[in-house]
Amino acid sequence: MVSRRRASTLLSASVATLLLTAPVRASELVPYAVIGDAIPLPLAGAVGDASAGRAIVVNRTYTCLLCHSGPFTEQRFQGDLAPSLAGTGSRWSEGQLRLRLVDASRLNAATIMPSYYRADGLQRVGDAWLGKPILSAQQIEDVVAYLTTLQNPS
Amino acid sequence: MKRLRNISLSLLAVIAFTSLIEAAEIAPGERRSGASFMSVETQAMQNDATANPGMLGVLDGEVLWTRKPAAGRACADCHGDASSMRGVAVRYPAFDDKLNRPVDLEQRVNLCRVDHQQLPPLADESRDLLALTALIGRQSQGMPIETGADSRLQAFIDKGRDAFMRRQGQLNLACTNCHDDNWDKRLAGSAITQAHPTGYPVYRLEWQGLGSLKRRLRNCMIGVRTQPYSADAPEMVELELYLMSRARGMASETPAVRP
Repeated sequence: MVSRRRASTLLSASVATLLLTAPVRASELVPYAVIGDAIPLPLAGAVGDASAGRAIVVNRTYTCLLCHSGPFTEQRFQGDLAPSLAGTGSRWSEGQLRLRLVDASRLNAATIMPSYYRADGLQRVGDAWLGKPILSAQQIEDVVAYLTTLQNPS
Repeated sequence: MKRLRNISLSLLAVIAFTSLIEAAEIAPGERRSGASFMSVETQAMQNDATANPGMLGVLDGEVLWTRKPAAGRACADCHGDASSMRGVAVRYPAFDDKLNRPVDLEQRVNLCRVDHQQLPPLADESRDLLALTALIGRQSQGMPIETGADSRLQAFIDKGRDAFMRRQGQLNLACTNCHDDNWDKRLAGSAITQAHPTGYPVYRLEWQGLGSLKRRLRNCMIGVRTQPYSADAPEMVELELYLMSRARGMASETPAVRP
C-alpha cells in the first residue's frame, strides 16, 4: 500500500516528467517550465498588474465569466459551469494558478477549462484566432496577479 | 468453470455499462425542448399564434407558396394547399435519391426551385427561404420529429455525432461538453439547453428575426472560435441530421420562439 503522500509525490514526479518532455509550442509563445502542477516563474518574466487582471476577468471577450462567478457585484451575468473564483488565491499558489490558466488540460484532459496560453494541438480554429493564444503572456500574468488577491472565500 | 463464466459475463456487463456512460448522451426520459428553459412570458409568446413573431414569416411563406414565376409553376401548382406539407418537415434532413446524400429542408426547397420552377436558388438565410421553410415547418407543428428513421442516413448521422463529440476551436470545446454534460447550467446569464432543434426556423429575440438551425450552429461555432461550416458543407447537414435525430419523437414547435 503506497501512502497517500508518496502516491502524490510519485504522481507529481511523473506529471513533471511528462510535461517537461512536451513538444515545443507555437513559435510566438514564450517557453515555460512546468514543475509538478505549477509554472513557478512568470511568463516572459512579465510583472502582473492585478487591476488590469480584474478588467480581463470581467470582460466577456476573455470568456472567464461565461463559466465562473466571483466577487464581482457589478457583473449581472456570471456562469455556473465552474467553481466561483472567490478565494482562488487562498486555494492555489501563484505557480499553480499560472499552469491552470496556461493549460489546465495538462492536469485534467477532460476539463472544459480552455488553455489560455496555447496555440497548437487545436482543431479547426477560426481564421481570426489561428495561431494565437486566448491571452498574451502579459495578460496571463495580470490575471494571475489578480487571482492571488482573491483570498476571501466568499 | 461456470463460476468463471459468470464472472467474465459480469465483467463484460460492467464494460458495456461504462462505455454507455462515456457516450454521455441525454437519456430519452430526460430530454427537454429548449422552450422548457424559457421564461413563462416567452413560452406564452410562442404558444399564441397571434403573438408569435415567427408567424409573420409563415404568412410571408403563404404568399410565396402561390406566387407564379414568369416561366414555370408556383409551389401550389404541384403541391396544392400548403397543408399538404403536413408531416414533411419532421422528416428532414432526408435522404435524396438523386444526390445520394441527405439534404436539409432549405436545400430541398432550392432543389425544387431549380429542378421544377426554373428559378435560381434562394440565398442562405434570405427572408424568402426562411418564410417558405417556416410555412412548411408550421404544417407539422405538434407532430413528433421522425428524422433519421431512414437507415440510409445512419452513416451521415454517425459523422454528425462525431463532429458533435469532437473538441474544436481556440476554446477547444465540443458541443457535448455543454449540451450533454452541462445543460442544467448557465453560460453567463443564459440557459445552456440540450441541443434539440425542435422549432426551426425559430424567431430568436436576440436576432429580432427568423433564423435557421444553420445560423444557430454558426453562432455556437463562433462562440468556441472554430471555423464555421458553410451552409452547403456536408458537415453542416450531418450535424443538423444528428441533432434532429437526437430529438426524434419530440414534438415539432415550428415556428418556435427563443430568447
